[in-house]
Amino acid sequence: MSDVLARVKKIVVEHLDVEEDKVTESASFIDDLGADSLDNVELVMAFEEEFDIEIPDDAAEHIQTVGAAVKFISEKTG
Amino acid sequence: MFSLEGKTALVTGATGGIGGAIARTLHAQGATVTISGTRQEKLDELKAELGERVHAIACNLDDGEAVDALPKQAAEAMGGLDILVANAGITKDGLLMRMKDEDWQQVLKINLESYFRLSRAALRGMMKARHGRIIGITSVVGVMGNPGQANYCASKAGMIGFTKSLAQEVAARGVTANCVAPGFIASPMTDALNDQQREAILSKIPANDLGSGEDIAAAVAYLASDEAHYVTGQTLHVNGGMAMI
Repeated sequence: MSDVLARVKKIVVEHLDVEEDKVTESASFIDDLGADSLDNVELVMAFEEEFDIEIPDDAAEHIQTVGAAVKFISEKTG
Repeated sequence: MFSLEGKTALVTGATGGIGGAIARTLHAQGATVTISGTRQEKLDELKAELGERVHAIACNLDDGEAVDALPKQAAEAMGGLDILVANAGITKDGLLMRMKDEDWQQVLKINLESYFRLSRAALRGMMKARHGRIIGITSVVGVMGNPGQANYCASKAGMIGFTKSLAQEVAARGVTANCVAPGFIASPMTDALNDQQREAILSKIPANDLGSGEDIAAAVAYLASDEAHYVTGQTLHVNGGMAMI
């Protein structure tokens, strides 16, 4: 498991208070993990803090799944 | 009731009459308080008066970046930030036809924009903590209007609308946002009024007296308390009955 995925998972588990095995790459924050729009904003801000990157609003809109977050962050930090 | 033991609070404009009273009251209720203002000397005086559980951070609210940084500095000093009281405000009065651009802009910037910046910066920690209190000190004239104060009234009405939106956004996270709207409060400015002017003001106040900083501070302490967790998006008017809204 990539380092980015592990760190993203940790943030999602902590923030949304969900079981780790539910946080798969295809899991949607809203549909599968019970997030609301405010959670999404908070997750994006948590990712920004954890990886020391900036995620613009138009990119944030497309980060709806764990995998999308990992992909975006990997590209930014890679 | 209304204990603030173990809570941390940031009060802007703490060197003014109302701000000082708010800082003293929150401190007396047990909170650790960060006082902010532009006059270092006044801040030091108040800090010395309150003794323990007090931090002072000078901040010029005209400087956007400094305002953005203030809640974080306060949180670092106190180990958290549970309560934000945006109290600082200025007036640049004049009839609208003669109002200069800079008088409009400065009042909006200090009174309204800094409230936005402070709230935005304070929210992050509050959302994480699932607890927070944002309290804006507005004014009765933000609801009633006042000739010669179009800029001030716009900024104070703006604070109320801002607070209602914010309250809806964060209510599900245990964070409340409310305003306190003072009426006529005794201050060096009201002390300077002559008897006739004073009489004219009092005739509009059913309580027949000016309010005090402590009257405002008590309302803030209530809204800051755990007991007020179900009160959000509201404006608490403290004005001796001069406006019943």
